[in-house]
Amino acid sequence: MAIKPKLKIATTSLAGCFGCHMSFLDMDERLEELFEQVEFDRSPFTDIKQCGPCDIGLIEGGVCNAENVQVLREFRAQCTTLVAVGACAINGGVPALRNYFDVQDCLNEVYLSGIGVSDPQIPSDPELPLLLDKVYAVSEVVFIDYFLPGCPPSAEDFLQLLEPLLIGQTPMLSKSHLRYD
Amino acid sequence: MSAPSTTLRIDEQEIPFVPGQTIMDAALAANVYIPHLCHYPGLPPSGNCRLCIIEIGNRSVAACITLASAGQEIRNNTAELNEARKVITQMLFIEGNHICPSCEKTGNCKLQAMAYFLGMLDDHFSQFYPHRDLDASHPRILLDRSRCIVCDLCVRASREIDGKNVFAIAGRGTQAHLIVNSPSGKLVDSAIAITDAAATICPVGAILIKEQGYQVPIGQRIYDQRTIRETALQESIGTRAKNDGD
Repeated sequence: MAIKPKLKIATTSLAGCFGCHMSFLDMDERLEELFEQVEFDRSPFTDIKQCGPCDIGLIEGGVCNAENVQVLREFRAQCTTLVAVGACAINGGVPALRNYFDVQDCLNEVYLSGIGVSDPQIPSDPELPLLLDKVYAVSEVVFIDYFLPGCPPSAEDFLQLLEPLLIGQTPMLSKSHLRYD
Repeated sequence: MSAPSTTLRIDEQEIPFVPGQTIMDAALAANVYIPHLCHYPGLPPSGNCRLCIIEIGNRSVAACITLASAGQEIRNNTAELNEARKVITQMLFIEGNHICPSCEKTGNCKLQAMAYFLGMLDDHFSQFYPHRDLDASHPRILLDRSRCIVCDLCVRASREIDGKNVFAIAGRGTQAHLIVNSPSGKLVDSAIAITDAAATICPVGAILIKEQGYQVPIGQRIYDQRTIRETALQESIGTRAKNDGD
């Protein structure tokens, strides 16, 4: 029998806190089983810089700056199934609380007028991605195939998503598992 | 209480009702759950959340403001209606700032519990991210309008139960918002007290008693233990037992 090729998974954190990635790792010893079926492409867990063609892309975090938009589009172009993981990716999450304020006011507060600031200046090197006017949900930028709510989703939720996807079925998160917090 | 004089049918189930009773009240009395957010037993109905949408023949109506009548054939718990209810819930989420991870009502919030009940995974629509005034003027009560779903339960509770008329809805369309009937428009200058029904009836995290957040461990909050359906039916039994005792 031919060895089944492993599915490729890419993951990234945009305006995220890496909590969803930590929750992914909370699968603990079940990760070993998972790695018999999948391998990682571009991910904070690997050293791969550019996302290649993948079966599944997991996006953590909302979209807060220009680089986030670029990475998100790269993932959409390369991943057959793109999943918004966690509250931030789904609706902006806690970082979207900055949407109450003008982005320039935020920068001024932190880099110019904030308490304890020395040599006040707003970073302007072109190496740095510019902030967007607001924090956006990833579905505002690209089409998203599935959503995995939670802040973060539990390890069990990741399994409920991945197990059907690995055998080509539609994931159905059970209602008793649903959490947004 | 007079004996039920006649019956209607909800999803093939025979339900007795008392003339003058709404479909919602008849259903709850018969232990049948029709999803709802702005309905509250004992308060006059308002009909603004539309979660209790049901079908009678080829008409869609709100169960909380439609009178029960003999022989009604009602569809309630159908896939189509629950899908429509999910879309309504998504609309309520995107119109405000419902950042559950940072809200102290999380786990005890009816809007969130409704979304769980209907299996809402995402908000579907573009977020409004509205900027609405927060009123922290009162020493014991916080009013965060960004989470308000304009169900007007606090308006009705203050008027009907507390007899104070502290709240009102002002503005039109998407600008509709909760205001405080005090000379300054601030909660601190109103007659509200933390023992008022209006201070605790809010189904979401818009009206909060200060310094009480995050006291219930995760796992022991209201909707950690029971769905909004189970909770509503239990509350309904409790309300009837209390009314019968009076």
